[in-house]
Amino acid sequence: MVGFGGWEMPVEYSGIIEEHIAVRTRAGLFDVSHMGEIEVRGPAALPLLQFVTSNDVARLVTGQAQYTALMYPQGSAVDDCLVHRLGDDHYLLCVNASNTDKDFAWISQQNSQFGAEAHNVSANYSQLALQGPRAETILAKVTRTELPAIKYYWFTEATCCGVAGLLARTGYTGEDGFEFYFAPAESERVWNMLLEAGRPEGLIPAGLGARNTLRLEAAYPLYGHELDEDTTLLEAGLGWICKLEKGEFLGREVLLKQKAVGTRKKLVGFEMTDRNIARDGYPVSIDGELRGRVTSGSMAPFLKKNIGMAYIPPRDAELGREIQIEIRGRMATARIVPLPFYRRPNRTVASG
Amino acid sequence: MSYPPEFLYTKEHEWIRVDDAVGTIGITHHAQKELGDIVFVELPKTGDHVAAGETFGTVESVKAVSDVYAPVTGEVVAVNSKLQDKPELLNSEPHDEAWLIRVRLKDRRETESLMTAEQYEAYLQEAAH
Repeated sequence: MVGFGGWEMPVEYSGIIEEHIAVRTRAGLFDVSHMGEIEVRGPAALPLLQFVTSNDVARLVTGQAQYTALMYPQGSAVDDCLVHRLGDDHYLLCVNASNTDKDFAWISQQNSQFGAEAHNVSANYSQLALQGPRAETILAKVTRTELPAIKYYWFTEATCCGVAGLLARTGYTGEDGFEFYFAPAESERVWNMLLEAGRPEGLIPAGLGARNTLRLEAAYPLYGHELDEDTTLLEAGLGWICKLEKGEFLGREVLLKQKAVGTRKKLVGFEMTDRNIARDGYPVSIDGELRGRVTSGSMAPFLKKNIGMAYIPPRDAELGREIQIEIRGRMATARIVPLPFYRRPNRTVASG
Repeated sequence: MSYPPEFLYTKEHEWIRVDDAVGTIGITHHAQKELGDIVFVELPKTGDHVAAGETFGTVESVKAVSDVYAPVTGEVVAVNSKLQDKPELLNSEPHDEAWLIRVRLKDRRETESLMTAEQYEAYLQEAAH
């Protein structure tokens, strides 16, 4: 168990590699109750959210979610998060555990010009993520909801393991799967029932370690690594969640400018050519000169390679280009490769 | 887990088995459990020298890099080449097949400050509180 964003979390149960492989080939169950939830309602909810996020909230219909960023005026992210449209003038954000208070304070501050109702409802939710190719088969045993009807990035009210909640086809692993938001009172029971239902399918519990290696293979950003207040969304490769044409929002000017003149740095993926493992924060050199830093690096259990992401000058960001990473005093070689490192077979693209 | 009585142990969770003037060195079961899945090992070459209390290599798991410390001073006379291709042996056979290096001891008296199996087990119990 480790301390993480103010929560005691398991790094692993049976082992990071075993848990990672389980999610890619069968299913894994994550307790992600540490994530934060912020509810925004009222006639000013949409204008507020349009102003403080990068993606186009107006495109959401009830039952639909989108990946987005809470924005600073300098074009960088306060946090990355999901926005779910629960109904007219009613939205639920799922935010990173370590940023929950910061996000809520920021939204509240921006809200002074809008007057929506915004509440930090994190204490009202437990959240479990069931991820992997067998997730739907397993979940079907404990719910009457028609699961094939829930498309990627859509959600519905559902009862699972006898507990009512919100069931979303979302996740942070790069696999098919679901995230279930529900009141904490029965969380142990839901956890145990899901594990029991999934046992014949090879479901095992999975912790933070596998959560990180899975999202890294899928090249999903982690706040504090690929995203921070000094990195614009375009630099992080998140132009696809920046709907510059939607109207005014925090950071739009900076993003428009960068679109025209270019960014200061670019996020690239790399693969080690030596057996070494590059880790978060290690310096990156190109042509003998320090040019950047690793944001996330690890051994990738499914791909069986050592991979990572780093920020380097845009002019150096050529596929196949060789880079040097300083690993505890010695230089190791890596090569720039396309992102994502892993894409699951038969993936349907999210709508909205 | 009962720790082999013929080994001596360090506070940094290495073990050493001394046969005449040569010590075989590895990491303990406790160490491999704490580290998790081991994926890479960096070791010295034969002929290199190691010094008691100083690091001679690293063991890397998915989540962390850990230095390994020499229990004794001496010259490296053998390095376990199996660990290059199968670092995961350290998780399954830490006291056995997955020894790290063998060292010709410079001064056998250095082993007097190391812990017996019984003392190491007590040390682990204490650290758990």
